[in-house]
Amino acid sequence: MFPDQFLFGVEVMLNGLMAGVLYALVALGFVLIFKASGIFNYAQGVMALFGALTLVGIMDGQVPFAHLINSVFGTDVHHFGWHVPAFLSILLVMVVMVGLAWCVQHFIFRHLVGQEPIILFMATIGLAYFMEGFGDMMWNSEIKKLDIGIPQGGSMWIEEATSFLGGTNFYGFFIDKLEIVASLVAIVLVIVLVAFAQYTKQGRAMRAVADDHQAALSVGISLSFIWVLVWSLAGFVALVAGIMWGAKSGVQFSLSLIALKALPVLMLGGFTSIPGAIVGGLIVGVGEKLFEFLIGAPFLGGATENWFAYMLALVFLVFRPQGLFGEKIIERV
Amino acid sequence: MFYRESGDFSETYPADSQTFPIKFDRYRYYAVLVVAFLIIPFIINDYWANAILVPFLIYAIAAIGLNILVGYCGQVSLGTGGFMAVGAYACYKLMTTFPDVSIMFHILISGGITAAVVTLFGLPSLRIKGFYLAVATLAAQFFLVWLFNRVAWFYNYSASGQINAPDRTVFGHLVTGPNTDAWAKYMICLVFLTFAGIVARNLTRGSLGRKWSAIRDMDIAAEIIGVNPLSAKLSAFAISGFFIGISGALFFSVYLGAVEVGEAFGIQKSFLVLFMIIIGGLGSVFGSFAGAAFMVLLPVLLKNVLVGGLGWDTALAAHLEFVIVGALIIIFLIAEPHGLAQLWRVAKEKLRLWPFPH
Amino acid sequence: MKRLATVTVAAVMAAAPVMADLVFPSLSYRTGAYAAGGIPFADGYADYMTLLNERDGGIGGVMTRILECETGYNTEKGVECYEATKGEGSLVYQPLSTGITYQLIPKVTADNIPMHTMGYGRTSAANGKVFSNVFNYPANYWNGASLVVNHLLDLNGGDIKGKKVSLVYHNSGYGKEPIRTFEELAKKHGFELTLLAIDHPGQEQKSQWLQIRRERPDYVTMWGWGVMNQVAIQEAINIKFPMENFIGVWWSGSENAVLPAGDGAHGYKAITFHNVGSDFPVFGELAKYVVDAGKAAGAGDQIGTAIYNRGFYAAMLAAEAVKTAQKIHGVADITPAMMRDGMEALEITEAVMTDLGMPNFGPSFKVTCENHGGPGTGAVAQWDATNKKWSLISDFAGSDMSVIQPLIDADSAAYAAENGMEARCN
Repeated sequence: MFPDQFLFGVEVMLNGLMAGVLYALVALGFVLIFKASGIFNYAQGVMALFGALTLVGIMDGQVPFAHLINSVFGTDVHHFGWHVPAFLSILLVMVVMVGLAWCVQHFIFRHLVGQEPIILFMATIGLAYFMEGFGDMMWNSEIKKLDIGIPQGGSMWIEEATSFLGGTNFYGFFIDKLEIVASLVAIVLVIVLVAFAQYTKQGRAMRAVADDHQAALSVGISLSFIWVLVWSLAGFVALVAGIMWGAKSGVQFSLSLIALKALPVLMLGGFTSIPGAIVGGLIVGVGEKLFEFLIGAPFLGGATENWFAYMLALVFLVFRPQGLFGEKIIERV
Repeated sequence: MFYRESGDFSETYPADSQTFPIKFDRYRYYAVLVVAFLIIPFIINDYWANAILVPFLIYAIAAIGLNILVGYCGQVSLGTGGFMAVGAYACYKLMTTFPDVSIMFHILISGGITAAVVTLFGLPSLRIKGFYLAVATLAAQFFLVWLFNRVAWFYNYSASGQINAPDRTVFGHLVTGPNTDAWAKYMICLVFLTFAGIVARNLTRGSLGRKWSAIRDMDIAAEIIGVNPLSAKLSAFAISGFFIGISGALFFSVYLGAVEVGEAFGIQKSFLVLFMIIIGGLGSVFGSFAGAAFMVLLPVLLKNVLVGGLGWDTALAAHLEFVIVGALIIIFLIAEPHGLAQLWRVAKEKLRLWPFPH
Repeated sequence: MKRLATVTVAAVMAAAPVMADLVFPSLSYRTGAYAAGGIPFADGYADYMTLLNERDGGIGGVMTRILECETGYNTEKGVECYEATKGEGSLVYQPLSTGITYQLIPKVTADNIPMHTMGYGRTSAANGKVFSNVFNYPANYWNGASLVVNHLLDLNGGDIKGKKVSLVYHNSGYGKEPIRTFEELAKKHGFELTLLAIDHPGQEQKSQWLQIRRERPDYVTMWGWGVMNQVAIQEAINIKFPMENFIGVWWSGSENAVLPAGDGAHGYKAITFHNVGSDFPVFGELAKYVVDAGKAAGAGDQIGTAIYNRGFYAAMLAAEAVKTAQKIHGVADITPAMMRDGMEALEITEAVMTDLGMPNFGPSFKVTCENHGGPGTGAVAQWDATNKKWSLISDFAGSDMSVIQPLIDADSAAYAAENGMEARCN
């Protein structure tokens, strides 16, 4: 038997860990692109939204650009009237994401090689605007339900197995099944990514590009191929994040704002480190939930989560300006 | 042909180092001032003032402020929305606490208060650099918005947390509140913008501006040649904050009249102002104007063309607006990464030689 | 460039009014984070006006015209829309956003155009003595808070002393409005109130719902909008909070809020000030004259949803106010100032609603110079997840004006003092 307050704290922490895994998932997409091309991709959140929208659209057989077609041609089409199974739809969306990656590389960043980071950053904001409008135009802006069979709701098993720990006020730990699934998926995804980077030819080429563009070019690695590759991978990661978040809240515009949750994670973990993104995500998830539990809700009137992660990251950065796992910044004149 | 400089000789050093050394440029500048001060106020109507010119002028002030920080001193900030909120709330508290003092002073003092807050949040810049700093300033953005939403003292304990600008006058003319004439709103913003533009231009070409540029180009090298990074960076934060505070105060009191912090000064505002200076041109006062004009006018123009002119459905037009704005940003960056100001410079060079470029 | 300028000029020219008509601006939002709520309202508003044109040839022989302007729930765009539309003889503004409402209150008053904020906006605008041009009949947030508490009283046989009630609110002006009323009511009835703020957009609410799970309040009530609604309902299902003890305000009581949660949302309640469903004669006419003619606004798939009905109801009240104004002033093509008079003299009775094919669609009420807030009545609707529809589980009943009226008087007096206004209606 433990005091209830302590158990509640543990419960908050466990939930923080789960939330942290989701943050890490979004942050991972940023890291992949930043490492390989030095682009800070603000559009990552919109890519998650776009991926989820496309997935729902394909699953429900929505006609793309229905609104535009209807108002230009005076027709009245909305649905093809078929339903595509989830697995097949995910594959199709992956194809779309690869196509998107190719377009991004071919039409935008190919022309911006060698520009300053802030210019590249702005270009991704332009891309975010573009995709936001494009996604809405393609699939309309109503809320859509995303159901690919992920279980939801508190896990009864964990609740019952842990309820003996506390007194009558304690129900057992609450952990959302969706978040357990999300964590498992995230862990598998990270392992696959690391294995890919470590053991495949393309993966090694990717790391070579991340280390040194010119050296990589000189040994015959195609930069543009690698960049399409990392954008595709980032698109894929975004899709997974979009599915996990979309399953909870429906697929709608606010999904694109999850990018904001990933920024403090990046600051903490460092822009260039995959393990950093994961550890950073966990720290932010646990930190903000515990702060809200211990200080925010009782003393500050709540809703502190939005800024706490940033403040935490700021404090960390003052002591380690390159983030926890970032490469040491060496400045030479 | 159009752009003559023959016969245009500078006989003194001040004449040579003035802002517009070419006579034609100087006259054009005077012409713009005359049009802005003496013609537009007489022909302006409510729509042009409230929907186009006043927001343009106010955003131009904010853009000048941010450009000092990002364009001249190289410290990327994403806290502009939060800093504008400081100006707005400072102005509100001053207006309601000291109703007898002129609003001109309130706006200037709001700028001063904002400068202090921004300097405080600028302290980490001494250690954190580049994108890490940009994300760190987001901490200020989110924290300030939360603070103004949370602490009821800032909004005088009103039920919904909205703040409303009471009526205030300058020289007997209303400048805030619903009964303000279009020209009065326009004029007060224009006066502050002119002031901001002249101050910014002269600061940035003086010794302070050169220090900022040195820090921007490489802060370690700047330190070695004797620029104190502490004073240079913090002065950039303070002066930038002063202008941003003024723009926030005007945004609340003159333009909107009632604001809610999360909605009016959210993260979107920070990005919007950053857009303006990058589209307009980093490190250029003219660029701040051009960028603000671009980002304010383009959506209104697109809306009027698509909805008003072509009779499109508003939803479709709004989506297409996003697509077009996004595409234009990308196209601009590809065509000219240094912004509209650079395009303008190139155009001037061409005009000087036209029609005999060789 | 020159061609672009020509197009713009042509655009401005084309937008100018060509003939006398009744202009209803619709400051809608079909994009952005709150689009899912904005679309049905705008559709309902437009469809009713189309119905009047198609079936009756307008109102009193003058055609109606909807002037739609996209705000994206953004105040600056709201200002632009207001300035762009006010010159066209716009009769009444309904911005469907508390932020834009606060923005427009002084402006419409200065321009003498009425504004109708039905179930949102500034609650104390119910006091017509101070707010001459703002109307929020038939009910406002504070009525809503009281209606929620009344429902709790009903459930508990009139005694909720010591019960724990949590208010989950959107951390903005909109969400904060009812807090003071809830606090007063908590004092009066002796229940314990816990406030839980959720920041825009409300995608992440785990902490708040874990807190609810820990504290186990007897009832949870919600002031949410946009994605916050469906996330809250999903989280409530996750912690197995009994849905029948979870009561939302009308803005949290739409299909968008409950549908994504599926069967789990069965039993969720929301208060409403108008009737639900499409089981009214008027919807038959709507199908005949508007939908089948291909003139429905938007995608035409929203008819009968809760917020569509609200837009439809708002348009009905606006049209009735036009009729009243036409009667008072004896002209068919009325001005905004006449519209204001019409709204102030509006009387909706059961007979009027039955005539319109909308029996029992909303309360019967009469607007007066002093009272712009209507009766403040409402009913409780419950969600049936199997049939996917809302149904009323109570009659329309009044709210506790003995608590609300002093609050309205105090808040409007503060506004009047701040702006140096004299009381009207003497």
